[in-house]
Amino acid sequence: MFDLIRLRRLQGRQYIPNPLTAAVGERFRGLPLLDDSGCGDCALCLAACPTGAISSAPLKVDLGRCTFCGECAHACPQGSIRFTNEHRIAATSRERLVVGTQTTAEGYRSAALEARTEIRRLFGRSLKLRSVSAGGCNGCEMELAASTNVNFDIGRFGIEIVASPRHADAVVVSGPVTASMAAALEESFAAVPEPKLLIAFGACAISGGLFAGSPAVDRSFFARHPIDLYLPGCPPHPLTFIDGLLGLLRGKAGAGDPAPAAERASRS
Amino acid sequence: MSQWLTLRNGEPARLDRLPLLSMSELVAEVVARCEEGERPVAFFGVAEGDLGRGGEAERGGSEPGGGSERAREGILLVVALADDRASLLSLASAHLPRSGRGSSYPALTSYVPAFHHFERELHEEFGVEPSGHPWLKPVRYPVGARAKGELPERYPFFIATGEGVHEVGVGPVHAGVIEPGHFRFMCRGETVDHLEIQLGYQHRGVESLFREGRFAEKAPLAESIAGDSAIAHTTAYLACVEALAGFAASPWAGRTRTIALELERIALHLGTLSALAGDVAYLTGSALFGGVRTLVINTTLAVCGSRFGRGWLRPGGDRYAIDGDLSLRIEEALATVEHRTRRGAEVMFNSPSVLSRFQGTGRVDRSIAAQIGMVGLAARASDLPRDVRRDHPIPGAQAEVPEVVTLESGDVYARAYLRFLEIGRSIALIRASLARLIEQPEPLRGTGPRGVGPLAPDSIVLSLVEGHRGEIVHAALTDSAGRCARYKIKDPSFNNWFALALAVRGEGISDFPLCNKSFDLSYAGHDL
Repeated sequence: MFDLIRLRRLQGRQYIPNPLTAAVGERFRGLPLLDDSGCGDCALCLAACPTGAISSAPLKVDLGRCTFCGECAHACPQGSIRFTNEHRIAATSRERLVVGTQTTAEGYRSAALEARTEIRRLFGRSLKLRSVSAGGCNGCEMELAASTNVNFDIGRFGIEIVASPRHADAVVVSGPVTASMAAALEESFAAVPEPKLLIAFGACAISGGLFAGSPAVDRSFFARHPIDLYLPGCPPHPLTFIDGLLGLLRGKAGAGDPAPAAERASRS
Repeated sequence: MSQWLTLRNGEPARLDRLPLLSMSELVAEVVARCEEGERPVAFFGVAEGDLGRGGEAERGGSEPGGGSERAREGILLVVALADDRASLLSLASAHLPRSGRGSSYPALTSYVPAFHHFERELHEEFGVEPSGHPWLKPVRYPVGARAKGELPERYPFFIATGEGVHEVGVGPVHAGVIEPGHFRFMCRGETVDHLEIQLGYQHRGVESLFREGRFAEKAPLAESIAGDSAIAHTTAYLACVEALAGFAASPWAGRTRTIALELERIALHLGTLSALAGDVAYLTGSALFGGVRTLVINTTLAVCGSRFGRGWLRPGGDRYAIDGDLSLRIEEALATVEHRTRRGAEVMFNSPSVLSRFQGTGRVDRSIAAQIGMVGLAARASDLPRDVRRDHPIPGAQAEVPEVVTLESGDVYARAYLRFLEIGRSIALIRASLARLIEQPEPLRGTGPRGVGPLAPDSIVLSLVEGHRGEIVHAALTDSAGRCARYKIKDPSFNNWFALALAVRGEGISDFPLCNKSFDLSYAGHDL
């Protein structure tokens, strides 16, 4: 027993005190900022992108397709695309994931996450998640699991991963949805009692990612079920997940009460 | 005996040097060589049309049922055997029609069980029949197989009948956060008589995707073969593309890539130790090792921006260098990792409750391990000293050769304790590589994938890398236009899933999660 106590003391404080204000390392590739004033239409960025996330004239990056590999930034001779380490990139609508030259970090954050009152009322203090991996390469699965570890500890917010869809409030999908998993995903989601949420974790879940064009993928599930929260990343960082969840549950940036509508409008 | 093509790991060769044998010669010579101690590392078909042979057949995936013309097309069967003592790979090939006369041959599995899964895969992909194969069942349900009605719901599980026998099915969706697969147990009471593992739920068509677009720009795809082995799979891919493009990796790149690979190994070993502790309700271990893992992956992130090492290694010049500051940071992190891991392991591996669960559970003995072709950590835990870093080093691309450690008990304890031992050795490897990096720093070559020249036409190359699970093999063949005609991936899980099925025989079914985690195999890596 004394050994165990010594080990606990050795570890010290493991939890990140405030995940909402914690920063990720400097080189982390989060929100890209775009500036096409020097763009010479060489289209090297488009060619470098493995998922077709970039469109030009005007320059846009779709974070739902983006794997944050950074190849576009390396390819561009003008520095038109620059990845910042802003990890708070979750969104509640698909359209908000598309970043343009006018997008700033603050502007993105204030517009991307919209809380819905009924979600706050139902799940604000307790949200149970069921994970369904439908072709995920295990990157997303590991980051999803990591968000429950001693550092990130989503348990402190009343958010837990449960063993059965019958115990769950939401399904977190990772992976592009392989044809072989299409039925299992549908059954798992159907087994979750209403009211329920659907969370897309990672580029593959949001858009198919690197596997979007593969004939082995069947994304018809998403035609039937709308997504409530999008977590961009390949894989999404656990802090992106926490920011997104708390934003969905509690309001903007999870900072407590959602800002009144008038204030939201004046910021964006 | 014919003269086979002898290559080293990562050494390319023109396809016209690959000897073409008759199928019966090939079978006989494979068996003879395996009796002498060689073992299969690659065994796959290439549609002849993809190599630009056999007429104007359309370029496309090696999928059966993709059109009647392609279905009639033959395949080139490529075999690669490894001689670990001599650090050599021996290759040969044979023609096989997909159907009709000549499309069946005596199964190699009957003589060399290590071929069992390779032959199932060949049969599923191309329809050829290894006759006498004891277990010719689906492997991963590629698109062509599904089109012919082969579906996961119809998998023919082995059924036992009798007094008190019952069947337990688990998956594809599992209780935890984990990739999907199905496990079908035949039990009497709590005891498992037989486990059959059915995979394929993660099949995404990865190999076909390597052949689309520019082959030199496939690093992001390589990173996603098995996301927890991004560095290892990418290193294997880089060895192939750089060999085919005639782009020699510098010793500097070798040191950086060694550091990246060993950081990945440490991170995944810690993650598995954490999960194993959790599986026996030893929460202190679960918390401690999980926390130490964060330290390692945040160090990887400090270098390249990704906790999994994505975006780091690229053909023609890796994206991020380790300078003096980062080197110090890595050293500091490793000191903490080493200290905490050792302290945690000391307590955990002396805890009676942990030992009573770990020891003697899920045993795989050495002779079984050798017969079925196990690789990697699980093999070393069953006293089979296989490690690509020692046995098949890529000249110039690997800084240090590690000491290969084995344990004898082949149980959960061995697979857990060996991970702890390997963490220590990986730390030593990183320190040695860092020291050399500082001694002889070289600037990054900034060309990136766009600067990688055309690939040698009509060529073949194999690369082997020791990922944290074990031996990864990538094979690339180019056609006469220098395009990638076939990309074949073998994850170590391809070899080792069957070991799990054997390990749980006679165990209580409630020990299954622990046994499963002790192997920590990849579903996505197997299913591709």
